[in-house]
Order: sequence, then structure tokens, then C-alpha cells
Amino acid sequence: MTQSQGPAGAAPATVHGHAPTGFIRKYIFSLDHKVIGIQYYFLALSAVCVGMILSLAMRIHMVWPDASIPFFGAIKPEQYLTLMTMHGTIMVFFVLTTAPQSGFGNYFLPIQIGAPDMAFPTLNMLSFWTTFLSFAVMISAFFVAGGAPLSGWTNYPTLSAIPLAGPGEGLGEDLWLISIALFCVASMMGALNFITTTLDLRAKGMTLMRMPLTCWSWFITAILGLLAFGVLLAGGILLLMDRNLGTSFFVPGGLVVSGVPVQHSGGSPLLWQHLFWFFGHPEVYIAILPGMGVASQLLSTFSRKPIFGYKAMVYAMMSIGILGFMVWGHHMFMSGMSPYSAFAFSFMTMAIGVPSAIKTFNWLGTMWKGKIRFTVPMLFAIGFVSLFVSGGLSGPFLAQPAIDIPLHDTYFVVAHFHLIMGVAAIFGIFAATYYWFPKMYGRMMNDTLGKIHFVITFIGAYCIFMPMHYLGMAGNPRRYSQFTEVKYLAPLLPIHKFITYAAIITVSAQLIFLFNFFWSMKKGKKAAQNPWEATTLEWTTATPPPHDNFGGVTPVVYHGPYEYSVPGADKDYIMQTDPAPVPAH
Amino acid sequence: MATLTPTLTVKQPKRRGGGTGDIPHYPGGGGGGGRGDESPDYGERLRRCRLGLAVGIAPIVMLFVAFSSAYLVRQGLASWDLRTNSYINDWAPVRLPVLLLVINTCFLLISSVTMEFARRQAARLAALAPVTAMPGIADDEPSGFPWLGLTVVLGLAFLVGQVLAWRQMEAHGFFLSSNPSSSFFYLLTGMHALHLLGGVVALLYASVTFWMNRPPESRHIVIDVTAWYWHFMALLWLYIFALLEIAH
Repeated sequence: MTQSQGPAGAAPATVHGHAPTGFIRKYIFSLDHKVIGIQYYFLALSAVCVGMILSLAMRIHMVWPDASIPFFGAIKPEQYLTLMTMHGTIMVFFVLTTAPQSGFGNYFLPIQIGAPDMAFPTLNMLSFWTTFLSFAVMISAFFVAGGAPLSGWTNYPTLSAIPLAGPGEGLGEDLWLISIALFCVASMMGALNFITTTLDLRAKGMTLMRMPLTCWSWFITAILGLLAFGVLLAGGILLLMDRNLGTSFFVPGGLVVSGVPVQHSGGSPLLWQHLFWFFGHPEVYIAILPGMGVASQLLSTFSRKPIFGYKAMVYAMMSIGILGFMVWGHHMFMSGMSPYSAFAFSFMTMAIGVPSAIKTFNWLGTMWKGKIRFTVPMLFAIGFVSLFVSGGLSGPFLAQPAIDIPLHDTYFVVAHFHLIMGVAAIFGIFAATYYWFPKMYGRMMNDTLGKIHFVITFIGAYCIFMPMHYLGMAGNPRRYSQFTEVKYLAPLLPIHKFITYAAIITVSAQLIFLFNFFWSMKKGKKAAQNPWEATTLEWTTATPPPHDNFGGVTPVVYHGPYEYSVPGADKDYIMQTDPAPVPAH
Repeated sequence: MATLTPTLTVKQPKRRGGGTGDIPHYPGGGGGGGRGDESPDYGERLRRCRLGLAVGIAPIVMLFVAFSSAYLVRQGLASWDLRTNSYINDWAPVRLPVLLLVINTCFLLISSVTMEFARRQAARLAALAPVTAMPGIADDEPSGFPWLGLTVVLGLAFLVGQVLAWRQMEAHGFFLSSNPSSSFFYLLTGMHALHLLGGVVALLYASVTFWMNRPPESRHIVIDVTAWYWHFMALLWLYIFALLEIAH
């Protein structure tokens, strides 16, 4: 079959072309996956700042209800709900979904599999700018009449379905839904790109079972996103129709809201909960799986040992992904579901403990008797494992309906999901940042500042979230703006105060990270090409990588990603591209 | 002590990826030897775009699966009504404009056939492109049958037909918010129409590239991928029609 040779067959804009020179094409509307990855990262960085300020305002209001907080003033109860809603939404969507997957995944998936770019660069750019637009719409909800919505990040109807139901439930709620719909579309486009890239653009010799576990985690996360976001989009469209077009999917009949009878009838609020949590539970794994990939990569690299049970790690991630779609009902034990369904959901949820334990044992097995190098990224990876275990252990408690029902909507749940989904995932992001910073900017981040940052953040995270378990067991409900006046909760106030102090210190410590990040970008120590002595492909290329990642060379892969301390080898690591066979042993 | 991942000799990498068997391989493209390391050749790009489409269909399926499950749940579910203090089920079956919908279905199915002819035509032109690009060969304008244009017309006819169907529904008193059954009718048909409109836009884009003198290979890729999408849209419509007709 003759292939076209002439200009007619010239390469598409996809990959290779020359690097763009204009500022706009290079940094704003860039097709380069590395620039897009950094754009995602900075989007998440801005979002996390907003989210953290909101959480600080909430913590301060909780223990000093009358205090006037700069920028927020004295917080009214409904304003507290707004802060809580926007904190959850911004953190879940624009930080935990954006940074580990879209940010680092975009930057490093193509490089680690030896590809010159993503499969569809234009689509990649489009998904970033759609995410950006979504974020802008979300933030704009603060500034419209009535303010941002107050129905929580789970956005349950009927509160979210009726504009009269609260101050932010008018235009603010519509903006929230539009923003989330845009986010769904952007995430699906991104997931499409990740999957196609992984399947189709791997370099010669990069078999699936030679991919670094980071790539596996991005790949599996992309599959979860591809399947989950469509369902949330469906729910969002139905809710928008209920709000604006008079349909009754979610709103039951006979409601009187703010003295006005509601015209809807016959809808089911539970329908939203099913649609939402069918997305919502996989979303938890979308947030945490990339962190697992990074932890695996780093623990192996800095223990100078092959990852313990590579295949088990891959299969564990796959089973977590599959099981993640079968457990959404455990968020709804309180909804009056049949005990038989509750049992099934409970059983499937417990089953997730098995692959999670496999992963934990393998991480520990990887470190066991390794020559551990306690670098900053390694510390954060170990911190990830610690938080994953601490947050994960409360999972099997909440998975049982008999225990979940009294603990539902208490601080026990807040502690659980913040430890495992929030802080653990954030530790994954920190680990990845410290680890790949030298590749992204050609300089090392400051080691001392990094260690100070780690120690304060690690201890701080535990100080904030461990006591919340006790609050929950004592019956302290979540989502209440103040309880200083409530008799049975008054004795708990010292714990709340302690948490707030810890939160202020921990959040302040993040300034160290921000300073370190921006200072090191310009003034950090120059990084060697492979400063961590790691084996994967990103460390074989120049720093920062050229436009097509490998400067016109196509890498060929000969080894798995974790060939550390191979007996008989002259160094304690073998690059994936090293053509020499592994010495017999 | 350390367990080692077994190191294999270099195997020919698997470039095909898995799980995309639903789209048959175009016999002419991609099989050639010139799978260079540099710019991806035409066959490779075609395969990559088809893979992308196959992956991209998954979220569309999930969207409609979610709508369908909401449909079935909302239909079967009695909800607590505060006015009467009882469980009520307010689902009232719609009367579909069946005849009109059958005609629309015929339009869409025929358009799927013409789309397939357009796809094969574009593949043929792309395959012949290296020959016709030679200076000595007469560059007779390919005056083949305008399958692409016919597909666009049939697609638009389907969309107009759907609008007429909505009008008929309204004439029978079934508005968007009259009853959950009619809400779902407008929702499902509307979302499908929106997706099909995307296909029409892609075909119009392909037609425009014809005038922009884009290489026939690129044109073929657009048409080929849109064709598979178009067939999927036809299948999806059959499913929606069946759902609305059987479970109304």
C-alpha cells in the first residue's frame, strides 16, 4: 500500500511540528501537553488557595461565632453554608480532580510512555480552557445577587431545586450547575485523550506491563472519569430543567417553600442522590488513584528497590476502580433503602478493603529493608501512605449501615473523607511537586524548607482531623454553623478550638511551600538531568523537556520501570532505555 | 532479597491497544510498512482518531444510560405527596406521534447508508491521492455521487422531522412540563438531536475542507470518524425510540 509522501500527507498539528514562538500560542493557547499540564497545575493552585481561605473562615466562625473575619465580616448561618458548599466543590473538582490527574498526568503521561505529545493536542487545549471557564463560572457565583449556593457539594434537591429555598439558590445555584456541567464535559474530553494516548502512543518496547505505576493510575483514573462524569452531567441537566423549565424529576408535590406553594409534583429527591453518588463514589477514586501511582513510583525510587508486586499493584488499582462503581449506595444508608440493598452495598464497600490492603502491604514491602533516602518527595510519599491508612481504616466502620446510621452527617464522616480523599491526595500532589519540580523547571526545590513544610503539614493534618473522630462519636453534626450554644456540644468546644488553632498553623505553613515553589523556580539549585537517580523516561531527556519531549529521538524501552539495586549491575538503577540486558543473578 | 520484575527481551510493542474491536479496521490504511517514528502517517492517524471516537462514545452511552435509568425509576416510582399524605404515581403515558417518528427513523437509517457510501468514497479518494497527485496523471475532478451532501440533507430532514414531532406533541397537549413522561420525551429526543447536530456540523466541516483544498487523507479521517459516529447515532435513536415506545 503506497503511503502518501508529498506535502499532502504532511503531519497534522498533532505532534511534531515546530515549537510555536509567539507568546499566545506558546503559553496561553498552547497545544503542548507540558504547558497545558502546568496551566492545570496553576489553576488548581489558585483554587486551593480559595478553598483554604474558605475553610479557615469556617473554622474561625465555628469557635468564635461573633468574630468579624477580614473580608467575610461576621458570618451569618446561611453564609456559613455557602462557604461550606464552595469549599467542598472547589476542593473536590478544581483541586483534587484537576491537579493530580489533569496537571501531572498531562505533563508526565506522554513523557513517561515515550510519546511526543497527547493523542489529540487540540482537544487537550480545549479541555483545559473549558475547565478554566468552568472555574470562572463557579467563582462568579460568589458575586451574583443572592451569592453562591448553600446546598453542599452534593447539592441535594429539594434545597437545590427551588430558587426560593435559600439566598444562594437563585442564580448562584444555576451558575453552580452550569459550571459543573462544563467541568464534566472538560473531564470527559481529557479522559478520552488520556486513554487514547496510553493505548496508542507508547514508545517501542513500552508494553503495558512496563508502564510506570503513575501511568497506570492516570489511565485507570481516566477510565473512571470517562464513565462517571456522564452520569453527573445527566443529573445536572435534569436538575437544571427542574429549576428552569418546570419539569418534576426531583421535586415532590405539595411542598411549600418560604410560604409559596411549589408547582412541581411527583418527583423523587432520591433519584438525584443515586445519580450523584454513582458519579460521586468513583470521584473519590479519581482523586486518590493518581496519588497512589505517585506514592508507588516514589517509594520504589527512594527505597532503591523494585516495587513490591508490580502486577498486584496494577490489578489492585483496577479492582478498586471496578468496585468503585458498585458502592454508591453506601452514601445513602439513611435514605430508607431496603436493608438487602444496604447489605449488598455494605459488602461491596468492605471488599474494597482488600485491594487497598494489598496496596498498603506492597508499599510497606517496597520500603522493607530498602536503602531509604529520606528526600522531601519521599517524606510526602510516606505521609501519603500514613494518611491513606488512617483515613482508610474508618472506611469499614462507615461501610456498615448499623454503625453508619448514628455516625451519618457527623464529624466522623468529615474526618474520614478529609484524611483519605483530601489530605492524602494533597500529599500525593505535594510529593509529585517536589519530585518533578526539577524536571519542570530545571531547579531543585529547597530541601530544608521542604522538610519544615512536611513536618508541620503532616503533624498539622493529624491534629486537625484525628480529633474530629471523637467529635463525631460524641454526636457533633456536620454542616451546622455554630454549636457554642448547644448544651451537649458545649464540652466539645475545646476540641474545636484545638482544631481551629491547628488549622491556622497548618494553612500558614503552606506559605512556606508557596514561597519555596516560586523562589526555587528562579533561584533554586540547578538540577542535574536525573537528580533522583530514577529509571523512567522523563529523566532521559533534557530539562525542561523540548517541545516534542525527546528532541527528535524516539525512545526505545528495554526494561520495566523499577529496576533498582539489580544484583550485578554497575549502578544501583537501570534506566528503562538502557539496552544492556539485566545481568544474570 | 529484592524481587525483580522479570526483564524480557524487547518484544514488538503492541500498538493496537485493546477493547476497540467494535470498529472494523479499514482494509486499505495503516497496514503499510511506513510506520515511521516521526510524524504519524495517515493510517496511524486514522486508527488513532477511530480509537478516540470509540473511547469518546463511552461517555455518551453513560449519559443516555443515566437518562434511561432515571426514566425507568421515575416511571415506576410512587413518591410521597404532602397534599394527600399518600404515595402517588403521577406518570401519564404520552401518545407518541408514531407515524412521524417512523418516517424520521427511515430518514435517519437511509442517511446511515448514504453516510457509509460517503465514507467509502472518501477512503477511495484518499487511497488514490498519491496517484492523482502525480504531475502526469490527469487530475479529473472526482465527480462522484454527492453522498456526503445527501447525508447532510437527510440528517437535517431527520432533525426537522423531530421538530415537527415536538410540535405534534404540543398540539396534543404534551408540553415539556406537563408530565414526567413528556418531560422525558423532550429530554431524550432533544439530547439525541443535539448530538446528531454535532455530527451534521462535522460533516459540514468535512465539506468545507473539500473547498479548502485540504489533503484528501485528512478529509477522509474526518468523514470516516463522523461516519462511525453517525452509525452510532442511528443505533442510539433506535434504542431511544424503542424505549419511548415500549416503556411509555
